[in-house]
Amino acid sequence: MKSKTADRIATGVFIAIAIIIISILVGLFSYILINGFKYISWDFLTTPSSNIRAGGGIRDQLFNSFYILLITMIIAIPLGIGGGIYMAEYAKPGKVTDIIRSCVEVLSSLPSIVIGMFGLLVFVNTTGWGYTILGGALALTVFNLPVIVRVSEDAILAVPRELKEASLALGITRWHTIKTVILPSAFPSILTGIILAAGRVFGEAAALLFTAGLSTPRLDYANWNPFSPQSPLNIFRPAETLAVHIWSVNTQGLIPDVEEVSNGSAAVLVISVLLFNLLARWIGSLITKKITATK
Amino acid sequence: MVTTFLEKESTDQILQSTVPFQMENILKVNNLEIFYGEKRAVNGISLDIEKNAITALIGPSGCGKSTFLRSINRMNDLIPEARAEGQILYEDLNILSEQIDVVALRKEIGMVFQKPNPFPKSIYENITHALKFSGIKKKSQLDEIVEESLIKAALWDEVKDRLHKSALSLSGGQQQRLCIARTIAMKPVIMLLDEPSSALDPISNAKVEELIIDLKKDYSIIIVTHNMQQASRISDKTAFFFKGDLIEYDSTEKIFTNPSVKKTEEYISGRFG
Repeated sequence: MKSKTADRIATGVFIAIAIIIISILVGLFSYILINGFKYISWDFLTTPSSNIRAGGGIRDQLFNSFYILLITMIIAIPLGIGGGIYMAEYAKPGKVTDIIRSCVEVLSSLPSIVIGMFGLLVFVNTTGWGYTILGGALALTVFNLPVIVRVSEDAILAVPRELKEASLALGITRWHTIKTVILPSAFPSILTGIILAAGRVFGEAAALLFTAGLSTPRLDYANWNPFSPQSPLNIFRPAETLAVHIWSVNTQGLIPDVEEVSNGSAAVLVISVLLFNLLARWIGSLITKKITATK
Repeated sequence: MVTTFLEKESTDQILQSTVPFQMENILKVNNLEIFYGEKRAVNGISLDIEKNAITALIGPSGCGKSTFLRSINRMNDLIPEARAEGQILYEDLNILSEQIDVVALRKEIGMVFQKPNPFPKSIYENITHALKFSGIKKKSQLDEIVEESLIKAALWDEVKDRLHKSALSLSGGQQQRLCIARTIAMKPVIMLLDEPSSALDPISNAKVEELIIDLKKDYSIIIVTHNMQQASRISDKTAFFFKGDLIEYDSTEKIFTNPSVKKTEEYISGRFG
């Protein structure tokens, strides 16, 4: 009788927690979307921002956000998965490995503003690049690498040992086994980790303030030469991202339509993260189906 | 009982008279010791494994038989604290030597595990996985080997229409025969089977046993089993292990009808283990 009551209470508590989580999420989403959605228009998405006049858009900021995300992922994914493979397959259990693992954990819990200051010192001043997309992407790599390393390590360790043994017992080398058996099996979990990391990159502002900067040069989207200062593809130009733009118009904006711009930008940011998530998952499941031959 | 016994003896006599009884050995084990850290799991065993025969390793759990089996294709290398001393001679080479190319060794000494472990890929790719790695790239040649090995593993008729479906859609027994097929595809010399049918239902088990007997023509087989009936049904020679020692090693018939050590008899008749 008593344990039955306890069981009922536990069920109730967990349902209540689930309701709280869902209502926070729904509340937040609807607040951002209801306040911001009405400002989103084709015009808003395709005109450059203005520093003084009303009616500026977020074209460059939106592009910058995706571009920095892309560059960060190009750097962080190979390094992160490589680190995960090392930790799971090559590192000998012992003191050194434990130290590496705690370093990785500490790195992932560093406040992003500290990473921003570090980025300012190293990727902006020491290199002499000034505020650049590459500097921003490197700072974000520092910040996301630990997550990807950790997720890849866990995903690789979760692959059943039998699969690895099966491949090795057929006379296949360790590296080829990792490449063709272990990584494909670990792929769905690694992808989830990368999506989470990407969401963080997309919404990050503090680490980018001092690395990618608060301004964007006048961009010419017809200019595809990555070395031209006007080209959007140039990685050595400053780039204000959407999240940074929200922060900057709110704190130092001189435009009269601060609220419209920041609410609209917030809604675009949330929708972008959502779309990115869904797209990445959809592509991921297509890849998984292809490699596992399931329909 | 007595008559069947006689019949068996007489067939044996016929065999002895027709086939030259000098059997060739494929492996020669000399004073093999295997340690896990400080603990000794196999205590200096010596035995010869016959070519084109089925050798069964029996004994209670933890007696060292699986450890011994896994040392033959160096699978124990995956366990950092495992260490082996002594010799396992294969074609006059010591398998345990540092200089042995483990990858090449495992192509000649294949292994099938207790739990069916197909790759999460298609049936076809399960077999071509290792073939492609070893340099066979031509589609026609791959197709041919896939068909040939599936026929040998008695699985072809059941899967020929769905070769490109996931191997995980097969039943446990089919999965295990697929694992045997992909080992056969590598054309090994020796096949190590670690309780290959213990996770299967009786019907699948019977199919796998039939298959193993059939494979004897082309391969030398060493099988670890907990199933006494299985050992007596399919093997030619039986080795009884107990607490890391090789207690008795003889023809299966001798071990199961007239063992010379009391411990062996006790184990076989189910008094312990």
